[in-house]
Amino acid sequence: MGRYLRSLGAFWSSSLAMELEYPLNALIELLSVLGNLAGSVVVLALFYGRGHDLGGWSWDEALVVLGVYTLLDGFTSTLLQPNLGAIVNHVRTGSLDFVLLKPIDSQFWLSARSFSPWGLPGVLAGLALIWLAARRAGASPSLPTLLGTGLLLVCSALILYSLWFVLAATSIWFVKVWNATEVLRSTLVAGRFPVSAYPPALRTLFTLVLPVAFLTTVPAEAILGRTTLPWVLASLGMALLSLALSRALWRYALRYYTSASS
Amino acid sequence: MKRSLRLARVLLSVQYAYMLEYRAEIALWALSGLLPLIMLALWSGAGAAADLSLSPAELRRYFLAAFVVRQFTVVWVIHIFEEDALQGRLSPYLLQPLHPFWRYLAAHIAEQATRVPFVLAIVLAVWLLGAGASGWPPPSTWLLGLLVTSLAFLLRFLLQSVITMACFWSERAAALERLLLIPYLFLSGLVAPLEAFPPGLRRLALATPFPSMIDFPARLLSGGEVDLLGGLFTMAAWTALLLPLFLLLWRAGLRRYAAMGA
Repeated sequence: MGRYLRSLGAFWSSSLAMELEYPLNALIELLSVLGNLAGSVVVLALFYGRGHDLGGWSWDEALVVLGVYTLLDGFTSTLLQPNLGAIVNHVRTGSLDFVLLKPIDSQFWLSARSFSPWGLPGVLAGLALIWLAARRAGASPSLPTLLGTGLLLVCSALILYSLWFVLAATSIWFVKVWNATEVLRSTLVAGRFPVSAYPPALRTLFTLVLPVAFLTTVPAEAILGRTTLPWVLASLGMALLSLALSRALWRYALRYYTSASS
Repeated sequence: MKRSLRLARVLLSVQYAYMLEYRAEIALWALSGLLPLIMLALWSGAGAAADLSLSPAELRRYFLAAFVVRQFTVVWVIHIFEEDALQGRLSPYLLQPLHPFWRYLAAHIAEQATRVPFVLAIVLAVWLLGAGASGWPPPSTWLLGLLVTSLAFLLRFLLQSVITMACFWSERAAALERLLLIPYLFLSGLVAPLEAFPPGLRRLALATPFPSMIDFPARLLSGGEVDLLGGLFTMAAWTALLLPLFLLLWRAGLRRYAAMGA
């Protein structure tokens, strides 16, 4: 365990040093977070400005969902994109060989090697939006509610990680699933809105197949203080299940890894 | 003339063969453009069509058309150019008596050809789910729509090529595409038909090239009311502005090209 923590420290400080060579990117990422947030708020306003609501959620409550989405998007840019987006290249160029030879778990190395600070503005903006919107929606979260929300957010992050990892791991077979992870990113935009705003068939799809509901709607309900125990348990179960699946799939996929010929 | 035709044929057939290898990836990419359909679900769920002077059937046709337009105007030249420039693959291309961007253009067109079956399958699925219940405009209308869609693709390709020239000055220019994507996403008509915007925002959107890339072709394709000549003139005007800019930046950039890599 100590070895893993020390490796993590070394990984992240070296990637931080590398990323800081491109200070202009900080500005670009900041602008992109703000621009995306402003655009999403405008889209929400298009609905609410006409007196329609989305699936029975008030304006402020819908903003909480958007906040959770922004937070997760920041998490994606910080950890998932830089690490899991690179797996495809490791497979294609054969540098996965070197990863497998290292005396450290390969899934850990592939998932935690890089760290990009440029996702942090998204994380902060998301947290700020969740806090402000929840206050305006009249929620006065107690400590247990806050802890519960934190737990559910961790579950969302784990589910999101597993989805990304599973998709990236399929590159062992397809080799050329170049940027397949971008696909995931663009499909998950559905999570910008409360899941009850969708027609029933899509709602089922977003809960069971592509668990968008667990990613944003469930944590948002938690901070608003209206989640129920079954949903919390389902979210926990989903997180554990998807994590186990990603682990199992990786072990299975490695059996088919044949390295790249040189 | 004869030489150009032969060149085009060879380039396209080579790129098509190459893209066929990426079938699995392109199927995934087709799925990644589902945003207009997700927005369709939201708009019809909120019952907002009545406010937009669009019937529910028109709204459905609009978003379905926007989906098709989006599928055939996907541009990724900045990513591939960044990679080629960083790895030095651009150098041999520069030695050939052909502007390297013709190669990229051919790759895009070939990729679209590979995409056709997947897009047809998705359109058919949505159609069977009820979106097409209201019939489809006559062939002359949608053939014109498809023609304008390819013009929209060229305009977007040109716009991204202009941004791509930043690759000569920075190693991380592809991050700029993230910024360009924001107005494209929110102002082009992908998330809402332009009628839904408040007047001020609508004027702002119409002052940018983005509505020409989705809204105008999608409207034609879905058989809505359009100012055909005005729309074509806007596209021509943007092209006349961007094309010289691209050529100018290309010449300036080439002088800085350091031919990294092997």
